[in-house]
Amino acid sequence: MKVMRYPQFSRSFLMAFLMLAGASLVRSQENPYIVAYDHNLEEPGNLEVEYFSTFGTQRGGPDFHAFWSEFEYGATAWWTTELYLAGQTTFGESTLYTGFRWENRVRPLKNEHWINPVLYVEFEDTNGADKILKEVEGHDVESDYLTPNAIARQERNCEMELKLILSSNYKGWNFTENTLAVKNLSNEPWEFGYALGASRPLALKGAAHKCNFCPQHFIAGVEMYGGLGDRYSFGLPDTSHYLAPGLAWNLPSGWTFRIEPTFGLNGNSHQFLLRWGASYEIAGLGQKVGDLFKGKHE
Amino acid sequence: MRTRTLAVMSTLLFVGLAILGATRGKTETTEDESVYAELGKAPEKYRSKANPLAKDSDASAAGRVLFEEHCEDCHGQNATGGRKAPSLRAKEVQEAPPGALFWILTNGVVRKKMPVWSKLPEPERWQLVSFIKSLGPLEPAEKKSESKR
Repeated sequence: MKVMRYPQFSRSFLMAFLMLAGASLVRSQENPYIVAYDHNLEEPGNLEVEYFSTFGTQRGGPDFHAFWSEFEYGATAWWTTELYLAGQTTFGESTLYTGFRWENRVRPLKNEHWINPVLYVEFEDTNGADKILKEVEGHDVESDYLTPNAIARQERNCEMELKLILSSNYKGWNFTENTLAVKNLSNEPWEFGYALGASRPLALKGAAHKCNFCPQHFIAGVEMYGGLGDRYSFGLPDTSHYLAPGLAWNLPSGWTFRIEPTFGLNGNSHQFLLRWGASYEIAGLGQKVGDLFKGKHE
Repeated sequence: MRTRTLAVMSTLLFVGLAILGATRGKTETTEDESVYAELGKAPEKYRSKANPLAKDSDASAAGRVLFEEHCEDCHGQNATGGRKAPSLRAKEVQEAPPGALFWILTNGVVRKKMPVWSKLPEPERWQLVSFIKSLGPLEPAEKKSESKR
């Protein structure tokens, strides 16, 4: 077997870096949602690299910091595919990698409508120590997160998650409703959840000059999400729910920053989560990758 | 072990699909007139819409900023077209009613790689229309210099 030597690896890395550096940056127009999805997909050929953090308070145990990276790619104008890698630190315990998620979002309708559906399919392979709370489903409650990392990491969860995203844009506002159904592939019942969101830019008109702090670059919003039980006990008993006002700052350089203080709405929820994230949009990456494979230049 | 294999397989599949998405499909050129046919599909309700920012003196300048931020990468620096998207200086675009351009921005042409821009608020989409219309069709001298590039 041919082994890639260090200089070869360095050259490949350098080439990949130059390719990325050569790709141009574009301003994205991201909503502040961290859990809910709207119907806006990634532009084709663009790659968005994202980092998110959640600091969580935990009653009866140590607080935690969960973090994840997302690589979101616009395969076509109607299909976005995304890979997540997640980890967490539980204070006083350990830091560990908790697994990956691979999601796909597809826009089935050609044109924009009053309500725009997007179909979402995700495969998730995580361990029991996963704490990113990217979705809340079934009977997820705060006490589930009390198990020490050393024990929780031994549990494996392979799940298939389906979402119906219904989203509307009206007079600068975005309203979105997500319904989710999750199936643990190890013969556990279907679990359900929801996420709702509303957001609006602070100004609807663009400025006649380039600026970082113009109000149209800031989008304020709020999201609410929670579990809806499972197939055998559908409903609100023994579920947790959250309300999260958020703000996104979309910079013309291609960066987006988000912050979202999150409040638990009942006794089963974490009392407080602080979420934040940074993302960076790289335009035309697909074309450059395509050129590498085709060996074709203008 | 099985889970690790599954993880590796999924990652490879992800990368493969992403590359497939990136490399598939024909690059549309500025010469391909069929790409402009979409403008003709705009419903009458939109075609007859006047640009509410037509008298706004800043609309075109703001549209230029938006164009540079969101559109230039595909449509080229002077909107003369790029490898991924057609020229917006073609007579089909310049002679189209402003409402038809607004409709294309709102709905995209998702089967032909034009994304939906409904995430931009309506006034920003009209600012983009103002800017595109302000460019006018390519003059023959400009066409020559563009074709040399």
